[in-house]
Order: sequence, then structure tokens, then C-alpha cells
Amino acid sequence: MPYLGSEDVVKELKKALCNPHIQADRLRYRNVIQRVIRMSKLDQWGQAEVLNFLLRYQPRSEEELFDILNLLDSFLKSGSPGVVMGATKLFLILAKKFPHVQTDVLVRVKGPLLAACSSESRELCFVALCHVRQILHSLPGHFSSHYKKFFCSYSEPHYIKLQKVEVLCELVNDENVQQVLEELRGYCTDVSADFAQAAIFAIGGIARTYTDQCVQILTELLGLQQEHITTVVVQTFRDLVWLCPQCTEAVCQALPGCEENIQDSEGKQALIWLLGVHGERIPNAPYVLEDFVENVKSETFPAVKMELLTALLRLFLSRPAECQDMLGRLLYYCIEEEKDMAVRDRGLFYYRLLLVGIDEVKRILCSPKSDPTLGLLEDPAERPVNSWASDFNTLVPVYGKSRWATISKCQGAERCGPELPKTSSFAASGPLIPEENKERVEELPDSGALMLVPNLQLTADYFEKTWLSLKVAHQQVLPWQGEFHPDTLQMALQVVNIQTIAMSRAGARPWKAYLSAQDDTGCLFLTELLLKPENSEMQISVKQNETRTETLNSFISVLETVIGTIEEIKS
Amino acid sequence: MISQFFILSSKGDPLIYKDFRGDSGGRDVAELFYRKLTGLPGDESPVVMHHEGRHFIHIRHSGLYLVVTTSENVSPFGLLELLSRLATLLGDYCGSLGEGTISRNVALVYELLDEVLDYGYVQTTSTEMLKNFIQTEAVVSKPFSLFDLSSVGLFGAETQQSKVAPSSAASRPVLSSRSDQSRKNEVFLDVVERLSVLIASNGSLLKVDVQGEIRLKSFLPSGSEMRIGLTEEFCVGKSELRGYGPGIRVDEVSFHSSVNLDEFESHRILRLQPPQGELTVMRYQLSDDLPSPLPFRLFPSVQWDRGSGRLQVYLKLRCDLPLKSQALNVRLHLPLPRGVVSLSQELSSPEQKAELAEGALCWDLPRVQGGSQLSGLFQMDVPRLPGPPSHGLSTSTPPLGLGPTSLSFELPRHTCSGLQVRFLRLSFRPCGNANPHKWVRHLSHSDAYVIRI
Repeated sequence: MPYLGSEDVVKELKKALCNPHIQADRLRYRNVIQRVIRMSKLDQWGQAEVLNFLLRYQPRSEEELFDILNLLDSFLKSGSPGVVMGATKLFLILAKKFPHVQTDVLVRVKGPLLAACSSESRELCFVALCHVRQILHSLPGHFSSHYKKFFCSYSEPHYIKLQKVEVLCELVNDENVQQVLEELRGYCTDVSADFAQAAIFAIGGIARTYTDQCVQILTELLGLQQEHITTVVVQTFRDLVWLCPQCTEAVCQALPGCEENIQDSEGKQALIWLLGVHGERIPNAPYVLEDFVENVKSETFPAVKMELLTALLRLFLSRPAECQDMLGRLLYYCIEEEKDMAVRDRGLFYYRLLLVGIDEVKRILCSPKSDPTLGLLEDPAERPVNSWASDFNTLVPVYGKSRWATISKCQGAERCGPELPKTSSFAASGPLIPEENKERVEELPDSGALMLVPNLQLTADYFEKTWLSLKVAHQQVLPWQGEFHPDTLQMALQVVNIQTIAMSRAGARPWKAYLSAQDDTGCLFLTELLLKPENSEMQISVKQNETRTETLNSFISVLETVIGTIEEIKS
Repeated sequence: MISQFFILSSKGDPLIYKDFRGDSGGRDVAELFYRKLTGLPGDESPVVMHHEGRHFIHIRHSGLYLVVTTSENVSPFGLLELLSRLATLLGDYCGSLGEGTISRNVALVYELLDEVLDYGYVQTTSTEMLKNFIQTEAVVSKPFSLFDLSSVGLFGAETQQSKVAPSSAASRPVLSSRSDQSRKNEVFLDVVERLSVLIASNGSLLKVDVQGEIRLKSFLPSGSEMRIGLTEEFCVGKSELRGYGPGIRVDEVSFHSSVNLDEFESHRILRLQPPQGELTVMRYQLSDDLPSPLPFRLFPSVQWDRGSGRLQVYLKLRCDLPLKSQALNVRLHLPLPRGVVSLSQELSSPEQKAELAEGALCWDLPRVQGGSQLSGLFQMDVPRLPGPPSHGLSTSTPPLGLGPTSLSFELPRHTCSGLQVRFLRLSFRPCGNANPHKWVRHLSHSDAYVIRI
């Protein structure tokens, strides 16, 4: 138990959180919680711990909720960032049904977060920036007036600059777009090529809403004729044209001349695609493509060759006179001399398509030139605060959601040995054993093979005594529909050697049953089945008199199988 | 909570290693961390890394890496705060934090870690409580020599100009329990401000930001009450108004939890009973509205000829500080286009120095008096000058790679926000000891002063 300042404090907390008698009595529990919150002698570590414990508490009524929030108010003004963030998270989770309270708390935490973003400590700065991005997912306008705080300074490490550029991209609005674009434009000519490219992509992101200004800036950047800039600008143009067709004209005017400056695969592909799809508006498109065709033998990237085939065929449809000859040469090369099979196959396919007839070619190749609806899919919609509130002030925003998902999957698979489910989860319901562990259990059928002793005779008294003295080891909810015969269930359980101690009559509301079983090592499993009238689900609570996770898991899978079978039979 | 804690030197040598829970690997984890850190791709952040079920969180302090590992999803703010507090605590106990001091005081460090963390949970980091448990004495390196030059960061260094030797306050351990005679009763109060400025190429001010801290280092026995008086016209927030005239304004202010704010509203007095060691009493921020003019303005003029590859940069630096003030250790850093081969310079004063270092021009001015104007003319040969094609002399757009100038400087006895400490009074003097010495110092230095060309 962490040391929270004094023995009394520790006693209070232990009382509140572990004693089932206090848990059962809501009023006493609440009193203890209030006393815990009011402890003023805690240092910042103790306060952070208390705030963490309180996350598990669910207040009964709205009045109680606001009482607790009032008591916790002072923590939001603390000088320690750990306490402030812990308090913010607690507010967000407790007030999950009151979005205006959540928004209010996020406004109050703006000050400390911005102070952390400009802190001397780079690590603190980085973590704060990750949390700012998290908030911006739900409240995009939250930091818009403080955009200046996110301007990059040249001495910052690369990872901080990248985060700041992302934040700038996300907090753009009508008032600050001018200044933000100015600033990003300055970054595009930065000495570091990576950073410049990140800034250009950011401008591309903003361009979806403020297309004209961004296209103008990107066109100017093309004028610098720098290789690393030009290639990224052309890629950005390709993405932009797909999502915002209204800028196609401007893009087409900007393109001529940049083919001299592109050397890498991505850039070439983007350029060739643009020339193919919008070639009719670009006067010298066939000549640029002709250059590529001339040099196709020395072209090292197969992806570029594939793109070239498609683009040239498309251009041929709109400008046949200029392209016919080189299309022929290209197809000849791809079919006869090309070594990469994918390219050769595509060449063959196009050749045969042309043999079929020009109408067929038109039908197949005339794909849409843009799809603005994709922008709606790609742009993450404003997510409600509740979707990430439990991740606030943890490592999840620091890694990012996708990386965290990979990490937790690896962690689940690796975690061997008895990982005891948290036994004191009085407020949480739902599976305590993470999904990964359950899967793993299923994969190893021989370990934990349960041998339940038949003909177990357990008296009701003994059952009740044991039931009250044990803690819930596992709780689960299974979907359930409609009526069933208790007798059927009883017989099915008997088959697998699970004894029914007591069972409600059929049709009773709520319907309950108590089961017991014992395995060959003497470990007792006591189970309660509860079917509530309003839910179409059955709640299973299992208690075990010796904590052994493998056998517990096996018992539960047996139970689930039986109940599942009953459900199937009756339906 | 925390599984392991270790300290690595800047080259990755493990200095301290402590395993609290015994549930994740052994000593080789330190080497693993260093390898992962140095092998990280440029755009990934090293602050929090993950490897095989363990999270590595670290800070860099005084060239050392302080790292914790944990296998649970804990609060990053809490852990970073713990690491900073540990760094300060180790500095207090050992004198200063560095590879040498840590290697000399290994036993003391382990004792501290034992008391601060138990099975990975934080017990206490308060110096008051720890004092009762720590028995080991700090081993200090040989006392300062007269030829040791101190730098800005040391407490009290510049206010002791009347003495011959610089103060050893920065490297003396605070919490040693040696006899009172050898210990001086001193307290140092520093008002330190960091100035971040961004000026566009047309001279307009894009961003100005001041982050200030009032830091206290106390060698007094705890129990002495201290009162710090700030300027009476000090206003917090945009709407407050005190006294006549614009007053001294900051946007936001936050205090250490042990500061008593009863008299703050009325008289701007802070009361506290400081523990021994370092403490940040108050933090404040100010943006966009500085009462005094910016310390430096730069008037650059660039001429370049693409044909002959000749680049000429004329920089005029004007210091707008009050006439009696000065700026120290001013350094102007100007990145240059790639391929610069030679530099010829004409500087306005002999004590300045300019050189080409790592693709940038570094112009050092040890001392700049307020109100003065300094200039330097630099001519360079750049054989292949990148940028938009043009012929002949061009002054419109600077060539690519001629980066923004950044200035770094220190402004002693000057605060950009105007905040001053009026007085520092100690209410309770422990009997038998001489009058404690009080040193108050105001200082501003640049954090990122960038002027675009």
C-alpha cells in the first residue's frame, strides 16, 4: 500500500476500499470517501494516488457527484502537473453524463497544459503536446487562440517540432489561418528535409478546408526548385486533387516544369498519375510522359512503370494523336523486354484490352477523377470526450492509439503466469480477464483440464457461509433471450457435475440460481446466476475458495458451454 | 508502479541501478535502453519507449539520463515529475548533479532511493522527512579554486562581486549534517526569466513569450519563516488594475503548495517556511505584451550574386536596453547556405569574434551596452548557391539556407516583465547563529530569440 502521509490515512483507505461491509453500506462508504478527499496533509504523490483510487468510485446521485467535484476543485489548481492531470481525468470520468461539465474542466486545464507545453523540460513538453492533440480531437477550437504557443523554435528536438506542426494543423480556424500558414510556409524551407516535408504535408492537411491559400503557397514552393520540396508538393497536390476537385485548375497550371526536379519514386508516381488523369488540361503532358517513356529502360522503380502504363493509356484516350506512338513503344518494351512480372502483366492486359476495342478501354479506365466524400471518411470525426477520457493522463496518448493497440496485444500474449484479476472491483462489471488471456487459455486445452468431482453434496448452510466469506473472482455477462426451463438447465449442469444448490421458479423476476462444484484438488467453485427482468442478459458471478486462475478459466468455459447449449436448444 | 530506476552517463555507462520489484529483467536493461535510445528513428520520441512489456520513461538532466521502467499504464506527468524531483533531490544532497558527483556518492544515492521509493511506490520526496533518515555524508570534490570561473546558473555568483572567490553555493550540498561552524547561513533568491521571441523578416513581432520563475535555495535550518515582497503594482491577468499606470502584468501565476498567500492579495507578499534545498516558489507567464522594448533588434541586409557565388551579409544589431544595463555573452547564430567556403569579416569592435562553425556563422559579443549599435560585415564565397535562378546582384529574396538568426544572451539585473523582489525578510532567526546572508538576484536570458531574414 503506498504511503500516503500517515497511518490513519492508510487505514481509512484500506477500510473504504477493501472492507465488504463498508462497500455494502453506501452511506458509510460515501463518508469514508469524503474523509479521504478532505485530507489536506497529503503531498503531491499522495494526492495523485487518491485521485487514482477514486476513479473506481461511482457516485449514486447527481448531488453526490457535484459534492465530490466541489471537494476536488482545489486539486485542479495545484502546482504539481501530476495532480492537476489526475484531477482532470477524474472530473472527465465522473462527469461522463454531463458534457458541459467536461468542457468546463477542459477549459480550466488549458492554462496548466499550455504552461507545460512551454516548459523547460522537453519531456514534459512532449507529453503535454500529446494530450493537447487528444483534446483537439474532441474540441478542435479549444486552443485556436493560443496558436502562437505552438510555433516551433529552432533548437527544439525533432520529435517536438513534429508534434507542434500536427497541433498547428489541427487548430486552424478562420481567424488564425493566415498566421499559421505563414509560419508553416517558413518551416517548408527549413534546413532539415524531414521537417520541411512534414510542414508541407501539414499545409496539405489544412488545404482541405482552405484550399485556395494553400494551393497558392504550394505553387510558390514549387518555384524554389528544390528536390525534396518539389516531390512532397506534388504528392500533396495529388491527394488534394482527389479530395478537392475545385483546385484542379490551379494545380494543373502549377505542374509544368517540376518534372526536372523529381528523382524519387513517390514523387514520380504522383506526377505521372496527375498527368494521366488531368492530362487534357496540361499542355505539355504528352511530352513529359514521353521523357519518361524514353528513359523507361533505366527506370529502377517498378511502381513508377506501372503508374506510367496506366497514365499513358488514360492520356491516350483524351489525346490519341500525340500518344499513340509512344504508347506503342511502351507496350512493346513492357511485354517483350521488361523483367518485372507485375509490370509485364499489366502491359499485356492493356494490350489485350486495346485489341478488344476502344470503347471497352474507355469503360474500364474512365474512373472517377475525384472523390470528395473520401475526405469525410478520412477526417476523423469529432470524437466525444468519453471515448478517450479514460486514456487521459496515461501512456496511451503518448504512444498514439494505433501503437498502443499493438503494444497491448503483445503484452497480453506475453503475460504468462497467474495474472490475478483485480478482486476488489466493486464498481466494475464486465470481464475482468482480458480477452487475450482467454484466447490463450483456449489454445492450450490440456493445461487446466478440469476434473469436477461428481455427486458433490454441499448443504445450503455451508454454501451460504462460504459464499459470504469469499470475494468474487470472476463476473461475466452472457446474452440471453426469452424463457427457458430451469429443469433443463439443472439436468445439463448435472451432466458436467455442477450441483444446483438453489434455483428460482421458472418465470420468477429476477431469476436466480446458485451452483456449486468442486474439482479433484478440492478447490470449490461457487456460482450465482442472475437473470434480471429488464436485461436480456445473464450475469454470472463465480467465487473460488483457492485462487487458481487456470482452473477458474476452465470452469467458466465449461459453464459458458452449458449455458450456450441450453440457449441454442430452446431457440 | 515503478519496476526499476537507473542513471546512465551521457555515454550510456550505468552509474546507478535499482530494481524495486524484481519482475522485469536484470541489469542488462540499462544497456538495452541505451541501445534503443541511440537507434531510434528521428521522428519517434525517446521520452517514452516500449520494449517487451516494459515502458521506459526518462529525462535528461545535466548530461545524465535518469530512467524508470514500469509495466503498467501509469500517468506520464506523475513519472516525469518524480524524475525531476529526484534530480533536484540528488543535486541537493550531493552538491550538484553530474557524473562525477554521482560516482563519488553512490552509497548516499542508494540510501536516498531506499527512502524515497518503496517497492516502486513513492513514499515521500520532502527534504524535511528525508533528513531524519539519511545518515550518509556527501563527498564533495576539492574546494573551489580561485581560477574557477562560474557561469550564469550558479546561485549567488554574480551578487558576490565584492568577494574575491566565487560562491560555492551551487556545488555545496545543502543537506549535510556537518557542524554549524563550517556552514554558512545563507539564502539565495533568484528571479529568472526566459524570453522567447520571434520576429518576422519585415521586422514585425510575431510572438513574444516570457516564462519566469522565482527560485529559492536555502541553507537555513527549516522552521525559519520567510517573507518575500514583490512589486506592489504586480497584476495577474488582463483585467486587474493596481496602482497608477500600466503596472507590471503577467498572464498567469502559480505557486508552490507550501506558499501562504494570505497577504498576496493585499500587499503582494508571499510567506513560506522553506525546507532546506532548492524550491521553486512561483512560476508565471507573460505573452504578447511586454512593458519594456525588446532587448535586441537586427537590421540585416543581404546581397548575393548567383553568378559569382558571392554572398555579402551586413548585420546591424541594436540593443534597446536602458543605458545603464548591458547584455552579456551575446552570441548570434546564422545558418548559412550549403557549401560556404570562406569568410571575411569586418567587425566594429576588437573584442568581438566571428567564425564559421558547422555551416553557420557565429558572432560572439561578450558585452553589449544598452543603447549601443554594433555592426558586422561578412563576405562569403558560396560556389553553388541554391535558390531561385537569377543573374546579377539580387537583394529581394535571400538565398535558400540562409536561415533565421538566433540570438542567445543573458541580461543580468534585468527582468523583461518588470517584476522585482522588493524585500526578503526572515522572521525567525535560530538562536546562536550569525545573521543569515540573503542574496537576491534578477536575471533574464534568452530561450529562443529568432529573427527571420
